[in-house]
Amino acid sequence: MGIVFGIPSQALFGQLLLGLINGSFYALLSLGLAVIFGMLNVINMAHGALYMLGAFVAWLLLSVCGVGYGWALLLAPLVVGGIGLVLERTMLRRLYRLDHLYGLLLTFGLALMLEGAFRHQYGVSGQPYPIPDLLKGGQNLGFMFLPNYRGWVIAASLVVCFGTWFAIERTRLGAYLRAATENPVLVQAFGINVPVMVSLTYAFGVALAGFAGVLAAPIYQVSPLMGSNLIIIVFAVVVIGGMGSILGAILTGLGLGLLEGLTKVVYPEASNIVVFVIMAVVLLVKPAGLFGREK
Amino acid sequence: MGTSSSTGVVTSPVAVAAFRAPGLVALSLAGLVALVAAPFLLYPIFVMKVLCFALFACAFNLLIGFGGLLSFGHAAFFGGAAYITAHAVKVWGLPTEVGILLGTAGSAALGLVFGALAIRRQGIYFAMITLALAQMVYFTALQLPFTHGEDGIQAVPRGTLFGVIDLNDPLAMYYTVLAVCLAGCVIIWRAVHSPFGQVLKAIRENEQRAVSLGYRTDRYKLVAFVLSAALAGLAGGTKAIVFQLASLTDVQWQMSGEVVLMTLLGGMGTLFGPVVGAALVVTLESYLAATNLPVPVVIGGCFVVCVLLFRKGIVGELSARLRITPRPPV
Repeated sequence: MGIVFGIPSQALFGQLLLGLINGSFYALLSLGLAVIFGMLNVINMAHGALYMLGAFVAWLLLSVCGVGYGWALLLAPLVVGGIGLVLERTMLRRLYRLDHLYGLLLTFGLALMLEGAFRHQYGVSGQPYPIPDLLKGGQNLGFMFLPNYRGWVIAASLVVCFGTWFAIERTRLGAYLRAATENPVLVQAFGINVPVMVSLTYAFGVALAGFAGVLAAPIYQVSPLMGSNLIIIVFAVVVIGGMGSILGAILTGLGLGLLEGLTKVVYPEASNIVVFVIMAVVLLVKPAGLFGREK
Repeated sequence: MGTSSSTGVVTSPVAVAAFRAPGLVALSLAGLVALVAAPFLLYPIFVMKVLCFALFACAFNLLIGFGGLLSFGHAAFFGGAAYITAHAVKVWGLPTEVGILLGTAGSAALGLVFGALAIRRQGIYFAMITLALAQMVYFTALQLPFTHGEDGIQAVPRGTLFGVIDLNDPLAMYYTVLAVCLAGCVIIWRAVHSPFGQVLKAIRENEQRAVSLGYRTDRYKLVAFVLSAALAGLAGGTKAIVFQLASLTDVQWQMSGEVVLMTLLGGMGTLFGPVVGAALVVTLESYLAATNLPVPVVIGGCFVVCVLLFRKGIVGELSARLRITPRPPV
């Protein structure tokens, strides 16, 4: 085994891989937050809880109905998106004319309820979710060993992230969405049903969180606390990247995941707080965020 | 991003009119009498808990209610001060009052750093930044040796106040806590009704206009943030002495959420609202502890109901109904 920067390369690449996986989840979640914020002007505090819900739906599908990973990957985001649709229609919709902080407070309350309910039902210990047979085993890349499932997580989240970017930046529907973000009244005057678009945007954003939850289920255990631990870091990621750009959210998420992995090798004690320290530095240097626009 | 100025989180400056209305003066006096009599009627520890949280919520309300700044990281100041006070009194053997003051000063210093960072952004970004910075304090508290991780700092001696009053006596402890909390509330009341408070409200309503009138709004926001952090620290340090414990619960994000709920429930931007909210939430929690109902679900439900149905909070809605102040434009 070789030595890179005075560190055994096996350890270095192992942590970088973990970092890249964490980064994939940061990217998926901050992307959903950015899409929702762009359209609804709501910062979705329930995002972490809905990510947890996605993982739990997958686990319940397997342990109760015997439905496997492949179907869970499709069904869990649909379930989470459906719940998102109901939440938007019944509650969030009433708050658009008010200060944005009320949306934050409402979704915070929803997050507490969801997490509290699952915690009450299933306790704090995690439930194991097996890696699907198809993705067991791994590849020897020469410089490191790559478990197939981890490779799949990175590939799947990259495809979904860039697919979302393509849909928003390069398609007609995405153009409507971007136009409605800029000026909803004018877009509605052109005959586009903006309220439905808003609902679907929220549903899509939280479905991304649900998808991330299914991807995470075999890696981390399925636990009621998995969302709240993650979402605060994702908020820091969002502050660092700025919510102005879709691509910015993806790149910031992946980059910070890698950086966190690197910190785990170099100075493990700081790995929990490195993202927050970077946030503080970015706020000092470029308050609008790396990809944000100063208004 | 839209501006938050036109719709403002807060509704009415209840305070000025409130203290001119003779009915409310009578009400405050009655409240004071009730507080003095409370340890003879209720379990003193419970009332002390309410008082500490009331001061915490009032400190938080100074930011959101009068400055329009939603901090989601106030647990860092509350819990941070609790750790400093507990460590100073237990390990360094300092007198109780010095310990509490050290905790307060520590929170003020932390508030200066966090405030300087957070006021660089507005609105929801402000909330996310404070939340993230507070989480950093949580992780630091989890790892530093002096906080004793999951165990917390236990068996903190209450000591004697000014070397004379023995705080192990529940009544002496109670009246000390009452005095501390009243002093904190008087400071907040003075701050809100000073020219400084007026400028703060102007910033809340329309920051651009305040800037164009020549006010350096960043400085006002920073001073408000530090004052709020210091008073939250005062509450946290006092709580550490009362319960003889400083633990991770006090620095967790759930605590930040709880103080937001207390203020929201009671009424943001009202002087008495946070006190009412704190009393309600603490009562609710001690009641729920005896039942099988999960506390976070009920707390979360309160959030949802408050935001959807009565955004002015209990005190805010009451004073609007009773027309103590003119009904604010919706």
